Amino acid sequence: MTVIISCKNLTKKFKGTDGAVVHALDNINLDVQQGEFISLIGPSGCGKSTLLRVIADLTDATSGAVTVNGKTATQARKDRDYGFVFQSATLYDWRTVVKNVQLPLEIMKYSKERRDQRAREMLHMVELDDFENKYPWQLSGGMQQRVSIARALAFEPQILLMDEPFGALDEMTRERMNNELLRIWTSFPNMTVIFVTHSISEAVYLSTRIVVMSPRPGRVSEIIDVNLPRPRGPETRELDDFFHLTSRVRHALHEGVAH
Amino acid sequence: MSDSVPQDVYAASSVRAENPPVDTSGIRTIVVMALMVIVVALAWEGLKALGSANNYALPIGGATLDFTFVNDTQLPHIAAIFGSFVEPAQRNGPPLAQVLFSASVVTLGRAVSGFVMGAVLGGLLAILFTHSALLQRGLLPYVVASQTVPILAIAPMVVVWMRQAQLPHLAVPVIAAYLTFFPVTIYALRGLTSVPPTSLELMRSYAATPLQILWKLRLPNALPHIFTALKISATASVVGAVIGELPSGLQDGLGGAILNFNQYYVQSPPRLWATIVAAAVVGILFFVVVAVSERIVVRWSRNDSD
Repeated sequence: MTVIISCKNLTKKFKGTDGAVVHALDNINLDVQQGEFISLIGPSGCGKSTLLRVIADLTDATSGAVTVNGKTATQARKDRDYGFVFQSATLYDWRTVVKNVQLPLEIMKYSKERRDQRAREMLHMVELDDFENKYPWQLSGGMQQRVSIARALAFEPQILLMDEPFGALDEMTRERMNNELLRIWTSFPNMTVIFVTHSISEAVYLSTRIVVMSPRPGRVSEIIDVNLPRPRGPETRELDDFFHLTSRVRHALHEGVAH
Repeated sequence: MSDSVPQDVYAASSVRAENPPVDTSGIRTIVVMALMVIVVALAWEGLKALGSANNYALPIGGATLDFTFVNDTQLPHIAAIFGSFVEPAQRNGPPLAQVLFSASVVTLGRAVSGFVMGAVLGGLLAILFTHSALLQRGLLPYVVASQTVPILAIAPMVVVWMRQAQLPHLAVPVIAAYLTFFPVTIYALRGLTSVPPTSLELMRSYAATPLQILWKLRLPNALPHIFTALKISATASVVGAVIGELPSGLQDGLGGAILNFNQYYVQSPPRLWATIVAAAVVGILFFVVVAVSERIVVRWSRNDSD
């Protein structure tokens, strides 16, 4: 296994709204192997989203460095190594579903034939073939997020970064989306996923490793390996190991806060 | 995933998309508009009848109310105004309707030129301000100040400048543009800058160029705002063109007609009123054309009225 993302001594401080300095990230060290599914979990204010955004080069670290395939995060972004999925689907209202999926391909100057073909493949993957000419407001929240995932994967990025993508969905839809995401991840060999969540069961169900973070300052308090058998499905949630792992994550979260 | 998706999720949204409820708002609008015309006409003629029956001095309590403003000189009968359209504007000349029609076409042409110039200028300023906070801070106050100067004071100067620049035919369009660029600047600036932060971050994650961000995110995001501005500008450009024609000494437009019929008002009040009706029709027509274009261009917006 090769290390694809390496975070060294990452620190991020910024001025909060009240003028006080917020210590969002404090000396974060994390190596991610290629093909891993990493979940970042922790209470609000633990810096999990900030860490994801620093890796994505959507914001700068105050000190420390992110290396992606030996490159800086900025270079990795410019090389289009990242697909990013936000908590809100962030579809463009004026574009139909298929045009939304094609957006990154237009930016990256794919030919029209390639764009049409890729967009159709991606919509088929998220099972929204019949919705390509709908506008975003005509879709449910879960469908919108599936379009957003199709869009993020359309240009085959090596790394998929997801910032609480299912946080706004109801529990039933969320579990369905979890299965969907696992199926997609499996179909892209070597694709690395970093997934921010505050749901313990979601993290355990999806991940190869869970990074538990604690707030004020934002730190990695524990990294937990998830060795549940794959392929995972509804029966995975009934396994004894699943319960053990969820309670381990829960304890780690509580200890992190108690510090 | 398909195995666990309830069918009705798909069904519900298909129904929503393909079988919208029958839209009766168009018919309703027409009925309401017709009713309003009738109400205004009744009030108009009612006031005139009331004034005429009381010899234009209405006794109310102990005082007497001056009602001369509804006499036939100051407020002609509606029938007289519309009747004047078919009467010759000058002795042995063509009917007033024909005179006003050709004047309207001329003025509308100038208004449209000014509208286009103003929209382009306003759009360019907004794009400039979007990308340079410095220019926005430095120039936007002057853009705002420009609109506090009365157009009537500006118009004669523009006529003189354009004459010196050997472009006299552009004087009226420039005056119209002076009124129309402002709303476009303000609304377009708002639309270009009110982009959700995550939409911008998405572009950043694709390493999109500033031009791509402008073209694929900021401009489409601004289009509904820009159309709001264009609807204001459409009517303002007609006002600007008419006002521009006054100091230009141009006789062929509605501005010339207004000056002319104003001079002979006492002889025939309905002709000036008919000219006002013509100017209003031109403005409304232009507005409707822009509003229809908006419907065609901004196709994605949901119909919030239902």
